[in-house]
Amino acid sequence: MKGTAIRLGALTLLLGITPPGSWVLAGDTITVKGSDTMVILGQRWAEEYMKQHADVTIQVTGGGSGTGIAALINGTTQLANSSRPIKEEERAAAKKNGIEVVEFKTALDGLAVVVNSANPVNELTMAQVGKIYSGYINDWKQVGGTGKRILRYSRESNSGTYVFFKEHVLLNRDFAADCQTMPGTSAVAEAVAKDPNGIGYGGVAYFSGNPQLKVLKIRKEAKTEAVSPTDKDGRPNYEAVWSGSYPIARYLYVYSAGQPREAVKTYLDWILGPEGQAIVEKIDYIPVKSTGAGTSR
Amino acid sequence: MGEQFVELILKLNGFVAIAAIGLIFVFLFKEGVQAFRTIPASHFIQTTEMDFDNTPQTVRMWQPVGTNPKYSLLPLFCGSMLVALPATLLATLFGVASGIYLAEVAGKRTREVVKPAIELVAGIPSVVIGFFCLAVLASLVQTAFQTTFRLNAVVGAIGVAFVIIPVIATMTDDALRAVPTHLREGAHALGANRWETIVRVVLPAGASGVTASILLGMGRALGETMIALMATGNAAQITANPFASVRTMTATIAAELGAVPQGGEQYRALFLVGSLLFSLTFLINLFAEIAVARMRKRLAL
Repeated sequence: MKGTAIRLGALTLLLGITPPGSWVLAGDTITVKGSDTMVILGQRWAEEYMKQHADVTIQVTGGGSGTGIAALINGTTQLANSSRPIKEEERAAAKKNGIEVVEFKTALDGLAVVVNSANPVNELTMAQVGKIYSGYINDWKQVGGTGKRILRYSRESNSGTYVFFKEHVLLNRDFAADCQTMPGTSAVAEAVAKDPNGIGYGGVAYFSGNPQLKVLKIRKEAKTEAVSPTDKDGRPNYEAVWSGSYPIARYLYVYSAGQPREAVKTYLDWILGPEGQAIVEKIDYIPVKSTGAGTSR
Repeated sequence: MGEQFVELILKLNGFVAIAAIGLIFVFLFKEGVQAFRTIPASHFIQTTEMDFDNTPQTVRMWQPVGTNPKYSLLPLFCGSMLVALPATLLATLFGVASGIYLAEVAGKRTREVVKPAIELVAGIPSVVIGFFCLAVLASLVQTAFQTTFRLNAVVGAIGVAFVIIPVIATMTDDALRAVPTHLREGAHALGANRWETIVRVVLPAGASGVTASILLGMGRALGETMIALMATGNAAQITANPFASVRTMTATIAAELGAVPQGGEQYRALFLVGSLLFSLTFLINLFAEIAVARMRKRLAL
């Protein structure tokens, strides 16, 4: 119902301000640039939205969060996707160009750490996970398991998951050289399911429901409570991610140049609304807690 | 008139092949050399980095994404060798043996069945072999050798050997059949039995051709991508253990080139990897050609 209303509204608006005959070409074009992690999410949103709003064209390109924000500062894009929050100096640079950057938290990305179900280890601290993956902890005995060499499964360096894990869990240290590179999170799941000494990481949804896998509880600090990213039924534990008690998670942002208006506003409201958030869930990200429209910072 | 025309077309075709190789060479190296503009040459071997307690450490690592990208080619070179050498060794054992069988032992009938069958193996898409290695062979190898890594260089090497056995077998067969019959007859006349004839006369006479077949097989093994990508575990580590997971040059290019921004640092570094790979296979093929030429000369063909 709402979609039709918007469409009709946009249509009358278009017909009203553009000379007849050229209105097909005069539809709104929204440019979105930025995070490679978010390219698929951005494209799904755009595809679905364009299906419902034939008068709007949305162009989504990647290049990286920094590239997107730079384009926003230079005024060459209307929206920037970013898997990291904007830096203060970037905000200031935009202001210099007369652009006020407005932030929208559009989704959450939570990563689970997973081991084989035969592994006695149930929880790790963030620091331990980081040390395991950077090669400073090499035996399960060092983290309360049985004396077996840890076999690390990782992702290709071009995946956003890899980069996030490297930045937030390894704290920018290098991955150990013996990390086996898998082509996708489902391959990681498969490998760890077969390997009693394996460890892997990736989106929660890839691991839940596999009886050969165990999703680990993670402690933010050595003394804080260990939190699982899944609930008892193995479904993603949205609450833990929303509250921040589960530490390996990040927001996925959309930044707009100035307070969004007209077509851009409608699009952002749609993203933050139930339809946009349903797409977030469908591709295994976690929806933002408040699904009301316009939840800017 | 008509004949000249056909001749011209054939000639052109020959030159197109040469021109194509030349252009590939130029294209690869033009992009690859540019890597040196932003990356110091020594970084393709090693870099120094502070570790946890701020002691400088020498790092030899291929890890192009991160705050301090690492571009050491050593782990990739090591990986390629650890797959190609065992593969060539395996394929030499089986390939040369079946080549000898085809040329010297098998009767005409058997030969007509066996040779096409071996050539048929060459027609199996390498992705199929890769999948077989990944799903079946890896587990067999792990149980048999109690390896830590399920996917490792040996699993990849066995897969690659499948691909190059036909190359070596058919080329060995050709080389041995090029050995003039009168040499065999001479050996028989001197009282040598079949085995002695093969080992003492035919094989030495055809040695250069057999060497060429092995070298060509090795070139092919270095260039094999799909099996390496699927079955070796893809861990870019420097190791001498053939049962460790490794990352080959080919797999690195295949996995990373598609997703890096064109003209970027990593893009150029990957082209440098490609240039290195191309130079290696080019040299190996060159040696193979030289070996064949020497055999032709010796046997005065």
